[in-house]
Amino acid sequence: MKEETVIKVEGLTKVFGDFTAVNKISFHVRKGEIFGFLGANGAGKTTAMKMLIGISSPSSGSANVAGFDVYTQTEDIKKSIGYMSQKFALYDDLTVKENIRFFGGIYGLSKNRISQKSNLLIEELGLEKVAHSLVGSLPLGWKQKIAFSVSLLHDPKIVFLDEPTGGVDPITRRQFWEMIYKAANNGTTIFVTTHYMDEAEYCDRVSIMVDGNIEALDTPKNLKTHFGSDSMNDVFLKLARS
Amino acid sequence: MKRFIGFVQKEFYHIFRDRRSLFILFGMPVAQIMLFGFAITNEINNVDIAILDRSQDASTKEIISKISSSEYFSILQHIKEEAEIEEVFKKGKVKAVLYFEKEFSKKLIKQHTAKVQIVTDATDPNVANTISNYINSILSHYQEEQNRAITLDYQIVPQSRMVFNAELKSVYMFIPGVMTVILMLVSAMMTSISITREKELGTMEILLVSPLNPFQVIIGKVFPYIFLSIINAAAIVILSIFVFHVPVNGSLFLLGLESVLFIVTSLALGILISTISATQQTAMMISLMGLMLPVILLSGFIFPISSMPVPLQVISNIVPAKWFIIIVKGIMLKGVGISIVWKETLVLLGMTLLFIGLSVRKYKIRLE
Repeated sequence: MKEETVIKVEGLTKVFGDFTAVNKISFHVRKGEIFGFLGANGAGKTTAMKMLIGISSPSSGSANVAGFDVYTQTEDIKKSIGYMSQKFALYDDLTVKENIRFFGGIYGLSKNRISQKSNLLIEELGLEKVAHSLVGSLPLGWKQKIAFSVSLLHDPKIVFLDEPTGGVDPITRRQFWEMIYKAANNGTTIFVTTHYMDEAEYCDRVSIMVDGNIEALDTPKNLKTHFGSDSMNDVFLKLARS
Repeated sequence: MKRFIGFVQKEFYHIFRDRRSLFILFGMPVAQIMLFGFAITNEINNVDIAILDRSQDASTKEIISKISSSEYFSILQHIKEEAEIEEVFKKGKVKAVLYFEKEFSKKLIKQHTAKVQIVTDATDPNVANTISNYINSILSHYQEEQNRAITLDYQIVPQSRMVFNAELKSVYMFIPGVMTVILMLVSAMMTSISITREKELGTMEILLVSPLNPFQVIIGKVFPYIFLSIINAAAIVILSIFVFHVPVNGSLFLLGLESVLFIVTSLALGILISTISATQQTAMMISLMGLMLPVILLSGFIFPISSMPVPLQVISNIVPAKWFIIIVKGIMLKGVGISIVWKETLVLLGMTLLFIGLSVRKYKIRLE
């Protein structure tokens, strides 16, 4: 079976003045894969991700996301990806339904499609009772799930999740990963950054960035064997300290 | 277009669900107009004065009755001793004391000169000055009446006429200023806050990753404020016409166009502020300190620019509000047309383009 590649990165570099934030990184991500993008704070994760989602242009190298070039086709990239930030950014002073309608609207979904999608989403998340409540009044875990579902509204090929589980409890995190698996099973590619090493274990493959370089890239199992560690946490510490 | 409508609708939800912005948008303009229109005034009315009359003769009585019958003064008390003057001032109610010397009438007739002293409480210099002027004019009026019979060989009779605001109503002076302050506040502060709020919440990032282009985002955010500011400007003009009877002598249409121009200037400033501030608080501080203060102090709203020190006069030129106030005063009070205010209009237009250009550049740098 020939696997389809949805993200192709070759020698991607970002330089700010005389500081190289991202140094010639290269990797491929397959369709339907859950790709973990790890690294300490300041390792260059966010910068790399910004280049891939089309809001920052690379200094050199090449990258292709969902079949589009990051230099010339950022508009097409934006249409084919979903994005959720660590802030689960929804509008607190809008209701759940209004948020869905707004985000569906800016992705150009038709009215019918939006109302169909929003009913489906509310049913799946069991939000019937709070559909007309302001998002600001909901617990963080719910916001996170809604934010993730909203990022999937327009059926993107790839979803970029920037530390999607910050500040939520372990049970909610577990439930959230179940949502991620479900989306991946439906053929959506997941590109996720995280600080939680137990979450790294849930990924199909992980890359670990240190000082702008990708120091390791493999399945969690292979990485642990390679570094002779029994947990991803250990692998990460060995890499980050070396 | 559909996306744009959805965006603007969302923006209105934000505004109407936030009591604070609702108050700034609608409560503030009305409150300010009322405050400046009614409370803050340079005119004097029913000022309490005291009389120290050492003569108690025909002339002093006539003068006193002239003063007390004017609407400007009411005589609160009569005092007997010079030493009491300071005391009545200290109590605070009396703003001026009129002190007639002994044998006022007799001296007036025999020596053709008699003295009356006006002592004013100058803790408020403007009021003291006005009081002293008013009393002076009452006195000279009395003198004229007494001298009617006598004809001098040479006489200069000054006739002053105040044009455009014959009754010297301070509300005439404040309305253009208040209008400027409110439009600046609503347009610049509110937009800069609402844009930085999206930055703070992280929703700006989501919007930038969406297929909306950054300029659509900004225009979508600014559009509701243009709309609301126009309503505000209209409300102010209506209030000033019907409540304060300030005339609009020039063309209402031109006034409207100029107001829209100034609204756009302020919005452009607001966008510029939002590009340099990361949080709502910074945006608010910059708007208040960087915009409101110059608008109030350097625009000619309260303090005349021509009496400022030269460096400040030069600086006042870069305050957009200065130009708008000149335009509004011209149109409302003097009834002039575009042929007179075209220079000020061009200055505003130039500033607007400059602010827009700067924000676009800043915005692009941020996106790099």
